[in-house]
Amino acid sequence: MIDAARLKAMVGHIADTIEREKDRLCALDGVIGDADHGIAMSLGFGAARDAVEGLDETADPTMVLNTAAKSFLNAVGASSGPLYATALMRGAASIKGKAELATEDVVAMLQAMAKGIQDRGKAELGEKTMIDAWLPAASAAGEAISQGLARALSAASEAAHAGAEATKNMVASKGRAERLGERSLGHMDPGAASAAMVIEAMRKSLTD
Amino acid sequence: MQTKKIINDGNKAVDEMLDGVLAAHPKHLKRVEGSPRSVVAVDGPRPGKVGIVVGGGSGHEPTFLGFVGKGLADGCAVGNVFASPPPDPILECAKAVDGGAGVLFQYGNYAGDVMNFDMAAEMAAMDDIEVRTVLTTDDVATKDKAKRRGVAGNFFTFKAGGAAADMMKSLDEVERIVRKANDQTFSMGVALAPCSLPQTRTPNFELGPDEMEIGMGIHGEPGVTRGKLKSADEIVDDMVDRIFAEMAPSRGERVAVLVNSLGSTPLMELYIMNRRVRQRLDDLGLETHATWVGNYCTSLEMAGASITLHRMDGELQEMLDRPCDCAMFRAG
Repeated sequence: MIDAARLKAMVGHIADTIEREKDRLCALDGVIGDADHGIAMSLGFGAARDAVEGLDETADPTMVLNTAAKSFLNAVGASSGPLYATALMRGAASIKGKAELATEDVVAMLQAMAKGIQDRGKAELGEKTMIDAWLPAASAAGEAISQGLARALSAASEAAHAGAEATKNMVASKGRAERLGERSLGHMDPGAASAAMVIEAMRKSLTD
Repeated sequence: MQTKKIINDGNKAVDEMLDGVLAAHPKHLKRVEGSPRSVVAVDGPRPGKVGIVVGGGSGHEPTFLGFVGKGLADGCAVGNVFASPPPDPILECAKAVDGGAGVLFQYGNYAGDVMNFDMAAEMAAMDDIEVRTVLTTDDVATKDKAKRRGVAGNFFTFKAGGAAADMMKSLDEVERIVRKANDQTFSMGVALAPCSLPQTRTPNFELGPDEMEIGMGIHGEPGVTRGKLKSADEIVDDMVDRIFAEMAPSRGERVAVLVNSLGSTPLMELYIMNRRVRQRLDDLGLETHATWVGNYCTSLEMAGASITLHRMDGELQEMLDRPCDCAMFRAG
């Protein structure tokens, strides 16, 4: 059963995962950006975890994600702040009024998050951004929806990882790395790398 | 090995810096109550005047908050190191400096800043504050003007906006003048050694012991060419050639010059660079109206420098010459 408590645990699990991988994300960003992506992501999800842990039992799933969104944004700013805050707010809106989430709800939430990131950042597939992990994940989850939550989220996580890997062969044309052009070839986009971590952490905490 | 820094806690570096800034400059700067990352001018904001709100990541001091004061910016939203501030402190600045004539957001062109400032502008609109935005796009290391980063050229675009607003011009006029100032501002940087973020204390890029990189960004974003370190005159010639290629200056035009340290490059080297810059301007028959040399837009302790040329007509010169009084900068 996916309820508010599971979503709180999910936010916490994402925060722990990012905290563990922070240095690797900073190093990836140092190659093609300004080396702060791991810091921003860990500050953001750390703040989100602290905020949702402070919510009482009356908080519903929408409130959990909205609280995570606002605290992430205010802790970070940067690029990841507006992108993940928008993702979480759209995710919150997609499950409004629901105390428990069925498979379709979780998939809709994931898809709303991906759409939110795309609307805010205005990136398209193939531009070497986190969208290259989020959009394939959202589609894969939708295609596997009939096979149940575990399978849908596994498909999402696998697609996100494959998408992040694929950014190595892309030339950046959006986001901070766009100034690099050809020189961004061969390096994984840090935003896509962290997106794959976030989606895998969601899968793990919602299905294990 | 971690880099050496005089800090207490990397995660508190920005807030502790701000405490120190406010302790040092009480005549110029104050915090917006309840919004610790929003700094506004003690003197400057007033009814009927367009409010100028600037901001961006920390680590570039005196950019951005050093340019808050009478005749320049009215408010500054302070982000984490190299990270845009979130919408809330930007919005609080806008509310604090709104004199009923609208607010202009001025900041460097980075994806994160654009998203956060745009969100703040949408929130301000809900509070009936009209917000316009002019991005600074002066770094000629990027070919396409609209995609250019904002670097040390903020100095001239902020100065123009601050002066125009101080003259009580309308929001339309202030916006027009700042756009013109931005169109006439061209920068190029060179990096010799990396900086390190307070939270990571590891160099944010690698550069060989005898290497330099032309066009590197103020967050260590890779530039246009990397090669062996050359003499000051050769470096300046390379940078000025690239600026001239974009600027296409003509004999007799007036320019202002900013030779800026990225952090640890000393004044001695900046003045050696400025010597060559002036030779090049003189050779072309350009009139150097004013020159600033020093730390104006830094990148923590990065070694390197940038050169900015600002071409002026009569109006832009009037903006540049108008007196202003900020915590870390004074003119006129």
